[in-house]
Amino acid sequence: MKRHALSTRVWHWLNLLCVVVLFMSGLTISNAHRRLYWGDWGFAPEQAWLVVPRFPDWMTIPGYYSLALARDWHILMAWPFALGLLFMWLAMLGNRHFTRDIVTRRREWRPAAIWSDIRAHLRLDFDHGADKYNFLQKLAYGLVLGVILPMMVFTGIAISPGMEPSFGWLVDLLGGRQSARSLHFIFAFALAVFFVVHLILVILSGPIGQVRAMLTGGHHP
Amino acid sequence: MKRRNFLAAASAALLAGCNRVAESESGKVLLGAAEKWHQRAHRLLTDRTALAPEYPRSAISPFFRGNGSTDPQNGDYPRHAAEGFVNWRLEVRGLVHKPLSLSLDNIRRLPQRTQVTRHDCVEGWSAIGEWTGPQLSLLLDEAGLQENARFILFRCADNLNGQDYYESVDLIDAYHPQTIIAHSLNGEPLPIRNGAPLRMRIERQLGYKHAKYLTAIEAVASLDDIGLGQGGYWEDRAGYQWYAGI
Repeated sequence: MKRHALSTRVWHWLNLLCVVVLFMSGLTISNAHRRLYWGDWGFAPEQAWLVVPRFPDWMTIPGYYSLALARDWHILMAWPFALGLLFMWLAMLGNRHFTRDIVTRRREWRPAAIWSDIRAHLRLDFDHGADKYNFLQKLAYGLVLGVILPMMVFTGIAISPGMEPSFGWLVDLLGGRQSARSLHFIFAFALAVFFVVHLILVILSGPIGQVRAMLTGGHHP
Repeated sequence: MKRRNFLAAASAALLAGCNRVAESESGKVLLGAAEKWHQRAHRLLTDRTALAPEYPRSAISPFFRGNGSTDPQNGDYPRHAAEGFVNWRLEVRGLVHKPLSLSLDNIRRLPQRTQVTRHDCVEGWSAIGEWTGPQLSLLLDEAGLQENARFILFRCADNLNGQDYYESVDLIDAYHPQTIIAHSLNGEPLPIRNGAPLRMRIERQLGYKHAKYLTAIEAVASLDDIGLGQGGYWEDRAGYQWYAGI
């Protein structure tokens, strides 16, 4: 049996491409109006809860300020991103990757167990024991797949004025359009934090083997 | 430092790739197609008459921000503004059986719709205001659309950066119940920064669709020969999406 199912590997790389393009084009869109608000409306500094720094061109797509082109990229990549996420959920429920590898067990939530997992990470000891993933990995992957990525889709839908006549309940649930926009931003940066930590841990735990396994499937230990 | 260089190099490579795609013919087709997929999905999920949310008066923003032209100085506009718009005319023309020319009084005497709605700018901000005016469908029915009319064009008095502002919608949005020709904001005549004396409200799309300083409504069969052919001022000038519901 392979360490990573084909569906996981295909989705992983597709999702990487989508997330990076969406994030970088999103930074251009953020540059168009660098303030975030709560509630339904907001347009002036006195209503803002956060003034976002201006992101330099090299971080953004298309690499210079063009709101129209950034929106083109964002609108295009939203499709493979959202449909890919749906595919991954169906695949990992179908092949039991989710219930077998990602769902945490009750004993893993004991403070002593969590603490020992944190200490093991700090020692750069990535031996997983019996399960495929350790507790912190399950938590991180579970949050990304179950909360952060879906919330990117839902908050994105909520910002679309053309979707609101049928998804008004979603906008209300998120606290209004400007709240949805703020949450879109917050979850995007939560994802960016995961991305950096994930990258660092891959590098620390043998990047060549890890990347090869995500490409070829690798072998089950 | 090395790591930063790596990150900058990776980002530069991705940017070069993206820009090469965006500049290629098939890339342009793909990026344009994605906009149409969204429009089709919206139309599939949303009834053509489904309403944008309407708010109680208590939700109205204390000030309604103006964007784009906020005080046009070109042509006859300053004279009309000085006269309080008493000589302003709105024409309904193009592919119609009976062209119309209406004064503000004519427009105020039509059946009115008042709606408290949220205005979303493409840049990201929102403001809530109460708009009053007749539904566009009333004028279109009065003028009588010819069979080959496919789009409704909005002609504007303001000239922004050397080009006349204009916008367009398809017949679904033109006939939408909340598509009105607003002459009032929060119970007062429209301020100049918000489009006096008349502006469009296209409530299921972004702010740049809501043409201000409205002079004429034109039924057309195609957008190709108008402006640069992209269907609106910002579409022509900056490549904004013609379907602004995303």
